[in-house]
Amino acid sequence: MNWFYFASPATFYRLAGRLAPWFFAAAALFAAAGLYVGFVVAPTDAQQGEVYRVIFIHVPAAWMSMFLYFVMAVYGALSLSFNTRLSAMMARAVAPTGALFTFIALWTGAFWGRPTWGTYWAWDARMTSELVLLFLYFGFLALASAFEDPRRGDRAAALLALIGVVNLPIIYFSVKWWNTLHQGSSVSFRGTSMHVAMLQSMLLMSAAAWMYAIGATLTRVRAIILEREVRTHWVRALAAGGP
Amino acid sequence: MSAVVLGPAPAATGSFSRGFAWAFSRDMLLAIRHPGETFLVLAFFVLVASLFPLGVGADPQLLSRIGCGVIWVCALLAAFLSLPGLFAGDYADGTLEQMAVSPHPMPSWVVGKILAHWMISGLPLTVLSPFLGLQFGLSADTLGTLAVALALGTPILSLLGGACAALSLGARGGGMLLALLALPLFVPVLVFGAGAAEAQAAGTSAAPHLSLLGAGLILAAMGVPFAICAAVRIALD
Repeated sequence: MNWFYFASPATFYRLAGRLAPWFFAAAALFAAAGLYVGFVVAPTDAQQGEVYRVIFIHVPAAWMSMFLYFVMAVYGALSLSFNTRLSAMMARAVAPTGALFTFIALWTGAFWGRPTWGTYWAWDARMTSELVLLFLYFGFLALASAFEDPRRGDRAAALLALIGVVNLPIIYFSVKWWNTLHQGSSVSFRGTSMHVAMLQSMLLMSAAAWMYAIGATLTRVRAIILEREVRTHWVRALAAGGP
Repeated sequence: MSAVVLGPAPAATGSFSRGFAWAFSRDMLLAIRHPGETFLVLAFFVLVASLFPLGVGADPQLLSRIGCGVIWVCALLAAFLSLPGLFAGDYADGTLEQMAVSPHPMPSWVVGKILAHWMISGLPLTVLSPFLGLQFGLSADTLGTLAVALALGTPILSLLGGACAALSLGARGGGMLLALLALPLFVPVLVFGAGAAEAQAAGTSAAPHLSLLGAGLILAAMGVPFAICAAVRIALD
């Protein structure tokens, strides 16, 4: 078996095209189930009332914002060390989705903070580091597209992503290290401090976020592949109405 | 750059110390021959810090509360202003490429250049900061803590900023792009640096903040030069 068969943009283009609709369909199913459990089955919170239901968007988005940065940095490291074209394209395809989830996490956090903490924004350690993460995504996207030669942009942005990885543990452990306004995690591998239906909904929504992120990345990488490979025979054949 | 006499031709075998000494003395010599640039950075630092009392009002209590933070933000911006020139001139006229093919190991002259950058931006800012602190009515021990925190923090700014300057060599967008890359990375330095002086002003110990800054400096000094080397190699590719 050839392990690098799908490392070629031409073959990966077709694979991504076949897989992306399935991931989007799975995202829709998980989101429908998660929203049903979250809004119908899960009980009202004893302290926060109905407003706690923001958690079903907020926590999956925040998880994805950090995880997608890690994925982006791993693809960047792969492209720098093995000089593979597809890894760099994947890193660039992941970045906008990661920035989107970071923005959603900050935005929903603001709407959750207003009724519970009495403020949209506080300069708490976790919020500040999440904001820095958003700017790291923006910096990655800006640097990647700032060069005439896309390969040069890929490599510079990959190195920036690797430098920015030090921010991830800071975000993750910020609630433990500083113990400021943002509450600690309610979920761990040893158990949870919340109602089972709440946890189920949160996990379903996380699965939906995963599926959406994979589907969106695959769709975006297809566009990047076409853009980069526009001078190759297979793209020309495709444009001429080939298979 | 061509006006500088480079000294005798370098020996065929490279060494860390000679590469370091050569790059450091060359950049220091360039800075001494063009002192205007260093003075511009300092003038910017003083000017921006002086705008704050005019902008927020001259209430002494308010000024002494925001003083440390304002001086840190100004130092950060001033250090950032001198970054584009760190590699761009050498990159444009081909000197960087000649240095890369020299027998000296790349980290040696990269560290030399970064240290020279700190000597002409971070160090003068650190020395000047107590005088600016007086403008804001900071107490004597707060001024001392502020200077120590700047002495520990500004080398980290030079290192991280150097990495961003090397990454953005030849990029469109120039200074604005560099701001977007560098300023988010400066945030932890700002938090702990300003935190140290504020803790001192509030009567608690500044030691934890200063320890974290020192640890950050050691980590940055060990890791960032290699990132800068990788970025320079990508730029020269």
